[in-house]
Amino acid sequence: MEILPRFDVLRPASLAAAIEARRRCAASRFIAGGTDLMVNLRHGLGAPETLIDLRHIAELRLLSKENGGITIGAAVTLAELAANPAIGCDYPAIAAAARAVGAPAHREAATLGGNLCLDTRCLFYNRSAWWREANGFCLKHQGETCHVAPTGKRCHAAYSGDLAPALLVYDATIEIAGRAGTRRIPLADLYAEDGAAHLRLAPDEVLVRIHLPAAPWPAAYAKARARGAIDFPQAGVAVALRAEAGWITGLRVAFTGTNARPFLLAGVAALENTRIDAAWRDRLTKLVQKQVSPMRTTLLAAQYRRRVASALAQRLAAALAGMGAENHGSV
Amino acid sequence: MERDQRSPRAKIRAFRLNGRAREILVADSRLLIDTLRETLGLTGTKHGCDGGECGACTVLIDGRPRLACLTRTEECEGHDVETIEGFAEQGRMSRLQRAFHERLGTQCGYCTPGMILAAEGLLRRDPAPDAAAIRAALAGNLCRCTGYVKIIEAVADAARGVP
Repeated sequence: MEILPRFDVLRPASLAAAIEARRRCAASRFIAGGTDLMVNLRHGLGAPETLIDLRHIAELRLLSKENGGITIGAAVTLAELAANPAIGCDYPAIAAAARAVGAPAHREAATLGGNLCLDTRCLFYNRSAWWREANGFCLKHQGETCHVAPTGKRCHAAYSGDLAPALLVYDATIEIAGRAGTRRIPLADLYAEDGAAHLRLAPDEVLVRIHLPAAPWPAAYAKARARGAIDFPQAGVAVALRAEAGWITGLRVAFTGTNARPFLLAGVAALENTRIDAAWRDRLTKLVQKQVSPMRTTLLAAQYRRRVASALAQRLAAALAGMGAENHGSV
Repeated sequence: MERDQRSPRAKIRAFRLNGRAREILVADSRLLIDTLRETLGLTGTKHGCDGGECGACTVLIDGRPRLACLTRTEECEGHDVETIEGFAEQGRMSRLQRAFHERLGTQCGYCTPGMILAAEGLLRRDPAPDAAAIRAALAGNLCRCTGYVKIIEAVADAARGVP
C-alpha cells in the first residue's frame, strides 16, 4: 500500500547546497528525523516533490562547549541531547524536555531543529485526508474556516514542541542561514502567534544552531499529557529561577502546548526580589492564566490546560526555590 | 538484487539486513516497513498504527531502536538494519525470545517483535536495567493483551540471564 506521495530525497553535504536545492525546487521541504513530517505526509498534509535531508551537513551535527556556553547543531538528535553529560549537568531542563519527547525510537531519529520547527497541532488538522475532506478542511490547510474558533480570523493550532520552552528560559539564541547569509536572533523571535504561520523563517532559510549562554540559572521542565508513556504536551512549562536564601533574584517562565507559539511569560519582573508565598503563587497564577490561551485543539478541556499550566509553573518554581512540592495547594 | 517498486525514481541502495549485505532498487519515498514486508517478505515487523504511536514496527538501525513506519528505506543506506527475523539462530531463540516465551510475555503476539527489538536496543546500551529503565525503553510500544507486567518481567529475566 502506497499512501505517501512520491518524492525524491536529496542529501546535501553543505548548507549552501541545501539552500540552493530549496531555491531550485519550489515543491521541496527540508526534513531531518521526520518523526512528525512523515506522519503528516501520510495524512496528505502537503505533497512535496523533493525532501532535502539536512542530516548530512556535518556542522549541523556538532555539539560543542565554547566560552562557557554550549552550541548545539540543529541536527543533533534528541537522544544525543538527553544523554549528553554537559547538557544534563548544566542545562537539566533541556535534558528533561528531550527525554519527554516520544519514546526512545522517536528520539533516535528526532532532532533539536526539527522539534523547534515542529508544525502546530490541532484536532482538526492531524487527521487523515478523508476525515479532513469530510469536515470541509480547515483554515490551516486547504480550508477557509477554523473549526476551533469559527468566527475568528486566524488558526489556533497549538505549538507542541517540548524543547522550545526549556531553551527559552536559558535565554537561547539561534543562528539561521539563508541565501543572504546568516542571522542570529533570540529563539523567542522565531515564533509568531498564528497556528498556520508560526515560524518566522523564509522558505529557503535553515535553522543551523542554537547557542546557550554560560552560567545558566537552575531550571526544570514539566509537561501534562493525556498518554503518560508518550504524548505531545497538553501544557508544557519550563521555569528558570535564581534564588538566594529563598529570595528570588531572577525568574523566567516559558510555555508550550497552550498557544500557537512557545513563549516567555511577560511581566515576571514583578515576581522577582521577593519570597515565594501564597500571595506570590496567586500572582504567578494570574499572570499565567492571562497569557496562556489554550483552545479546543486537543481532546482535553481548554480550561484544564489553562489550570495545569499555572499549576506546573508553581510547582517547578517552588521546587527550584527549594521549598518542595508539598507546600502547594492541589489543582 | 530485489526490485522494490517499478519507478523511474528508484535508486540502488545498499545496506546490511540481519547481518547480510543487501542491495535494493527502491524509490526514495518507499518506507522501510513496506520494503521489509512486501519486497523482502520479512513480515515479522508489524504494521500497527502507521503513525509512530504503537511501536509494533520497531527495528534496530545501527543497534538503536527506530520505527520502520516513519523511516524511509533510503535512510538505511550504508547502515545496519535488524529485524526480528535476525534473532533466532539455527532454530535457537535469543535470550529475549526465550524469556518472553518462559514468562508468558506474549499473548496474541502482535506487539512482540516490536517489544523484543525495543528491549534488545535497551539491553545493548544498558545490560542491567532496573524496572524503571525497562518501562522507559518500552514506553512507545503498545500491548493490548498482557498488561505489560509479564513483558517487563521477561526483559528483566533476559537481562539477568535466567534460562
